[in-house]
Amino acid sequence: MSLIKYNDRSLRNLTTTPAAVTGNSPGALVHIKTLTASSSASLTFVHGSSDVVLDSTYPIYKFEFINLNPASDDKKFQVNFRDGGTNYDATKTTTNFFAFNREGSGDPGFSYSTGNDLAQSTAVQVISESAGNGADESVSGEMTLFNPSSTTFVKHFMSRTNTYYTSDISYDVYVAGYCNVTAAIDGVQFTFESGGNFDGTIKLYGIKDS
Amino acid sequence: MAIRTAVNRALTAITALPTAAALTDGNLTLLTTATASSSATLDFTSNINSTYNNYLFKFINLHPSADGVELMFQANAVGGSGFNETVTTTFFLALHNEADGTTNLVYEGDHDSAQGTAYTELHGQNSSDADHGCNGSLTLFNPSSTTFVKHFSGRFSGTSSGDFERDDFPAGYFNTTAAIDEISFKFSSGNIDSGTIKMYGVGPKQ
Repeated sequence: MSLIKYNDRSLRNLTTTPAAVTGNSPGALVHIKTLTASSSASLTFVHGSSDVVLDSTYPIYKFEFINLNPASDDKKFQVNFRDGGTNYDATKTTTNFFAFNREGSGDPGFSYSTGNDLAQSTAVQVISESAGNGADESVSGEMTLFNPSSTTFVKHFMSRTNTYYTSDISYDVYVAGYCNVTAAIDGVQFTFESGGNFDGTIKLYGIKDS
Repeated sequence: MAIRTAVNRALTAITALPTAAALTDGNLTLLTTATASSSATLDFTSNINSTYNNYLFKFINLHPSADGVELMFQANAVGGSGFNETVTTTFFLALHNEADGTTNLVYEGDHDSAQGTAYTELHGQNSSDADHGCNGSLTLFNPSSTTFVKHFSGRFSGTSSGDFERDDFPAGYFNTTAAIDEISFKFSSGNIDSGTIKMYGVGPKQ
């Protein structure tokens, strides 16, 4: 039997990756979903909706925040989690600290943020400082969610964001905590405080075989 | 029609991945590896564009020729000249010495930038001892944007002069709406004796 040889043009129409390719790439980021906000009140990732995967397929999930720009000035970016119902109200205990530095005079600071942590609260968790709504001002960063499908353990998460603060300050904000529930987390919702609209992009990845 | 099944030999003529986005979705795509050899700087002057939203730099055992020096970086905007973009940063660190006598968690006001145009610090007090090096990662968010300032954040672990572990956390933004297409790294004094910096595109192509 003659050997059929393929060239680059032979493969140009492929749209999916063979399982063996990603299966042999432990630790690889696998892009799941990109949501783009355009004067949106929220961006929500729900397992099984709009091709979103947020279950036991991956042990770790990573969200990337790219230039999230609030419509109103002086607004914090925030997250909440769904733990079985339809509401984003999982009970959370978290830490929040930050470093900041001013554009003009310097005068930096480094502090735990007692006003922005949670102790067994179902409220939204703040994960940035108050972003400006100037045309070039935004929040960028990332958040990791560990093993959301576990029905044994609470669900840990960690985020780091850099904010262009409303009064021209660079804020480096660290949040970590856990949803104190053993129910699976199957939805994650991102908003700005007071329900304000915003623009920008959030990407969801699974970390394969991590 | 019979299914034609490819074997390894059938693919020997393939030289490039298909353009289908799905085949490169999500993974880190290695774009450039820069290896130092008594180098004054390691510069990335290509491949930073709108192909990817975010770019990740990995630092592997950067070793300075001089002792007690800072690893620093700067950017150049498209069409600009020189690595001198306006930058505002924060900088804090945790440290612990090998003798177990000193620990600290502190903001370093002398090592941040406030609308400066000089190279800004990523990791401090790097030691030139033969077995010491600086390692870490730095993410640059959406450098091709012509709307937003360019955020970045990093974390570096290194062995500082005096035999300290230093865990440094720089973050900030280049305060320009011009797209950034070039990045330069150097030590505050002397050369980058040895070491590697790898630059990856993060996620799917835009």
